[in-house]
Amino acid sequence: MGRLRWLVGTVVALHDETATARTITLEVPDWPGHLAGQHVDVRLTAPDGYSAVRSYSIASASNSERRVELTVERLPNGEVSPYLTQEVAVSDRLELLGPLGGWFVWRAQQPEPIQLIAGGSGMVPLMAMIRSRAAAGSTAPFRLLYSVREPGAVFYRDELQTRSDRDRSVTLAYAYTRAAPKDSSRPPGRIDAELVAEATWPSKLGPTCYVCGPTPFVEIAAGFLSACGNRPDKIKTERFGPTGGKK
Amino acid sequence: MGTISRGFSGRRGAADVKLPPGQYLTTDFPVLSAGPTPRVPLDQWEFTIDDGTDVLRRWNWKSFRQLPAETITVDIHCVTRWSKLGTIWEGVSLDTILAGVKTEAEFALAHSYGDYSTNLPLEDLINKQAWVAFRFDDENLAPEHGGPARLLVPHLYFWKSAKWVRGITLMHEDKPGFWESLGYHNYGDPWREQRHWGD
Repeated sequence: MGRLRWLVGTVVALHDETATARTITLEVPDWPGHLAGQHVDVRLTAPDGYSAVRSYSIASASNSERRVELTVERLPNGEVSPYLTQEVAVSDRLELLGPLGGWFVWRAQQPEPIQLIAGGSGMVPLMAMIRSRAAAGSTAPFRLLYSVREPGAVFYRDELQTRSDRDRSVTLAYAYTRAAPKDSSRPPGRIDAELVAEATWPSKLGPTCYVCGPTPFVEIAAGFLSACGNRPDKIKTERFGPTGGKK
Repeated sequence: MGTISRGFSGRRGAADVKLPPGQYLTTDFPVLSAGPTPRVPLDQWEFTIDDGTDVLRRWNWKSFRQLPAETITVDIHCVTRWSKLGTIWEGVSLDTILAGVKTEAEFALAHSYGDYSTNLPLEDLINKQAWVAFRFDDENLAPEHGGPARLLVPHLYFWKSAKWVRGITLMHEDKPGFWESLGYHNYGDPWREQRHWGD
């Protein structure tokens, strides 16, 4: 693999996923292609040369030539995410380094069942996996457990539903932490051992599990998966943000 | 200079802070781990030095904690671009751990509970550059940050500071560790911005 270099992408579409998250579609002429689950570094540069770089997961399928979609959640005190979710306009240019990350990836050749567990905006790289599965014609069975604050905070809701309706091998389970819809079978609350045991593949099927979300969420979810008998090397994690609490 | 971002001014940090290129300052302590956090009971913990064939040194928790420890105040730099300044640790210097070990080896592979590994030149582990740390900020090191004990090699990107470390293998030939096999730079000097293969 050669040296990674900064690429310039042009914003071709913007779409608000929720009140605080936006999907940015970029046209990147020199894009080398990516695997589902990978991320990019985005660099913003002020007129005086000051620059800031942050990492964002790629949401688009791995075969999406020259097109890269990022879904960015606005952080209250963020430096880059407020710009990407509020300032950026179609035809603006952004600098990207990537694709990055060689571990938290799903490849279309993987035949085993796939367990996805998302916490909040941790859904983004898992969406790339669901999209890549369809794009590649994979028949690997996928299950998604998506923990999210409230119905209005769900990313990609309609698309997820459509994909699941169309293909019975893609199943969805939502776990709402603050406010659940009226027809929800479970009161709002954090995921627990019982829910993870019930909503995920039995470990004897040998699933590969991908868990992405804020650090405390991933710590808990990965722990429950281990407790259900999944081997540690079959549980791939991507954490973001601080550990919560004092440290 | 790169492409100018229309309307971006940025949030400048303290001007007198010098960070490695491409890093930003955080006061949080983010976590980067590839899998579940291993839980290692202290009565089962051990730490070894080996040469690939024979174990040269072995400690259990009790004997390890009898080694002279020191307080270390250092800046740390993660390849995911955050830097944290003035972090305070307590740990045992690798100079203490390797004292009296006779070796011609030039490389080391640190290996961890949970099967993580990372490689370093042996010369980067000696001469007051590396520790096995077991306390952070005056508390026992939390499991998600690598407790009971982690390697601390602050002059390299923080993935080299292997969490849950259980031993070091001394080697004559270099061998890439976990992230080094998956696209991260073999050496990882933050001041030369050695993040990825080819940097």
